[in-house]
Amino acid sequence: MYKMRTMLFCPANKPKMYLNAPVFKPDCILFDLEDAVAMSEKDAGRDLLCKAVETLEFGDCMVFARVNGTGTPFFEDDVRAIVPSGIRYMRLAMCDCPDDVVVLDQLLSEVEKECGIEDGTVKIQCSIETAKGVLNARDTVKASDRVISLSFGAEDYTNSMGTVRTREGNELSYARTYLPVVAAEAGITAVDTVWSNYKDEEGFAEEVKWAKTLGFTGKSCIHPSQIKIAHQLLSPSEAEIEHAQRVVDAEREATAAGIGVFTVDNKMVDYPIINKAKRILIQAGRLEK
Amino acid sequence: MKKLQKNQIGRDVPEHIQQMGDVKPYIRSGKRKEKYITESDKVYTGKVVGSLKEAIVKAGLQDGMTISFHHHLRAGDMVLPKVMEAIDELGIKDLTICASSLTSSHECLIDYIKKGVVTSLQTSGMRGELGKQVSRGLLDTAVVFRTHGGRARAIQKGDVTIDVAFIAASCCDDMGNMNGQQGPSAFGSMGYAMVDARYAKKVVAVTDNLVDFPAYPVSIPQTLVDIVAEIDQIGDPELMGQGATRKTKSPLELTIAEYASKVLIASGLIKNGFSYQAGTGGVSLAVVRFLRDYMKENHIIGSFGSGGITSTMVELLNEGLFTGLLDVQTFDKGAVESIRNNGNHIEMDAGTYADPLTKGCVTNNLDIMILSATEVDVNFNVNVLTASNGYVMGALGGHPDTAAGAKLAIVVCPLTRKRIPIVVDEVMTICTPGPSVDVVVTERGIAVNPNNPLLKAELVKAGLPVVDIKELRDMAYSITGKPNPPKFGENIIGVVEYRDGTVIDMIKNVID
Repeated sequence: MYKMRTMLFCPANKPKMYLNAPVFKPDCILFDLEDAVAMSEKDAGRDLLCKAVETLEFGDCMVFARVNGTGTPFFEDDVRAIVPSGIRYMRLAMCDCPDDVVVLDQLLSEVEKECGIEDGTVKIQCSIETAKGVLNARDTVKASDRVISLSFGAEDYTNSMGTVRTREGNELSYARTYLPVVAAEAGITAVDTVWSNYKDEEGFAEEVKWAKTLGFTGKSCIHPSQIKIAHQLLSPSEAEIEHAQRVVDAEREATAAGIGVFTVDNKMVDYPIINKAKRILIQAGRLEK
Repeated sequence: MKKLQKNQIGRDVPEHIQQMGDVKPYIRSGKRKEKYITESDKVYTGKVVGSLKEAIVKAGLQDGMTISFHHHLRAGDMVLPKVMEAIDELGIKDLTICASSLTSSHECLIDYIKKGVVTSLQTSGMRGELGKQVSRGLLDTAVVFRTHGGRARAIQKGDVTIDVAFIAASCCDDMGNMNGQQGPSAFGSMGYAMVDARYAKKVVAVTDNLVDFPAYPVSIPQTLVDIVAEIDQIGDPELMGQGATRKTKSPLELTIAEYASKVLIASGLIKNGFSYQAGTGGVSLAVVRFLRDYMKENHIIGSFGSGGITSTMVELLNEGLFTGLLDVQTFDKGAVESIRNNGNHIEMDAGTYADPLTKGCVTNNLDIMILSATEVDVNFNVNVLTASNGYVMGALGGHPDTAAGAKLAIVVCPLTRKRIPIVVDEVMTICTPGPSVDVVVTERGIAVNPNNPLLKAELVKAGLPVVDIKELRDMAYSITGKPNPPKFGENIIGVVEYRDGTVIDMIKNVID
């Protein structure tokens, strides 16, 4: 599972963001060639992205490009331009069905071959943004081995549902409950939708907490101020890490002593609890996968 | 038998006595330092004049003299323009202006320099068109740039003699008792003017709020004031805090501020009784906000905050996080209200603040100072005076004073600013020498002066992104490239005086 607690959206046609985005240390930077870039700017945004990726350092951040959907005239040009420049992660917009992933997968294989890049190097994140996309998600994410995660896009989703986004987010309940299950089954990462009102940090934090409860492990962010909040909420707390460490230590001692069942803090520890503890330590970087 | 000499009032006095050495006999003119005045000089009434022209004539201003102004109304100051207009109309020429600083409200000086009314400037800094034209060689003489502490020192030591000090007062009575805390143009502390009032040969209070005697509180007392000139308006207080009190929401600036606050915490200096100067500007004030949270969480109470005071520092005073504020200049309305109403918000003169040659100045008691920078170089030297194009566009302020005095001087700045590198090989103008600066904090890394290895170790231990300052320079150049320096001529348009009166750098004319 990839660590994608935060994906910071940056319009691909804004030079300043290429310089500043790594400063905020998101897990992923998502240079957007799709909705954030006007039709007249598509070529310029793509050219800038390619040059920037070739030239600049992005530290430890995973660099994604959100490419235009397979049904658009920009899709193929996007993919053909950005793979040679060095982009290795793509978010495929409007990923409605397995065929969308297959089209991208085949094009990537073609481009990888042309560029002398090992087949399968470029990974895909499926952006699920419509009712159809939600219902097909289970098959869509299995359409290629390149798929490492899915992301949920609430704005287009609510459009497709004929509803509107609210602060409470009840209109997203079904998709939000279903998509993490899809991700868990496929063994991939689930990244939740953006919180558009970046000045409402309290609302953002509440939404991140709710998304985490449902099984999302990442959040798309539209403003750098959201990164710290999301990292804090989507990372194990010190208390969780400390408890997890004691569980894993106790398990090691119990195994060495040949004891099958043991307790930590007067509570019986069984395999699900041990596995959960290990997952927390892996998330915290205290245990190798 | 001691030799005697006759003074101007006709009495014999000794030429030399053991306690004093050579005795300077009383002379009617040139009375100053201490205001011992003759019977005929006594002015119990009649200090008030109806116009600036009358005040100027009464003060005896003549060609070639030195006059002083103060920047406590900053961009809203109207006193300097109005006084200069009156001086021009009186036909007086060849004046030296000794200002605590020059702001965007003082661009009228360009015309007065061209007309020969003003022939020399001494100031902490200047901006805008005035800075540009001076940089191109507007004046025939070099501007003397002094720090706030250095100016107080120069006046007190006698390096500069002020013939007439024009002091804006938002509240003044007919005897000259004045303050900046009352009235429609209230601006707060009179810190810079207080020094001039003690040492200038003539002191003119300029007020738009003449009140019944006695004006209270008394920042500058009637014993020091010769003339009171009443005018319609001394300034626009709405403009006095421009930029200085900006609360940043820039994620980049907040990142710098967060790193800086972590440096403070890791330094171990944030503990009960610590002293602090915040500076102004978005990053510095954001550091205060982070600091406030830390102090609250850890029940820490500082001793004093000092320097230019903003509402942000006032909030900490009101919350009991500092026991006092020492205020040499007040930056916004909230801080003006505080100095007026809160006994623990204390007015302080510039000498007390930063004069290095006194028996103790507040800057030397500082634990922590947060500083800004126009440029920092790989030797930690800081430029706050000249822009990348060579023009003068800033001010020394208390930068060199506080950096030298504080136990921990932290420079906060972005690595680049509008495609211009801020961390560079060599600053254009050295204002604060590198040995005074402990840490440079940028959004991409923190550099610690090699003189301070223990601090560096603490910051590394705290997990902060500590890098060599040359790495910061390289990062900056990798983004912007290394810019070509501006073209300078051979004329010296300014000298930068360090706080002790020595000259630390000079500025040459820019060739466009």
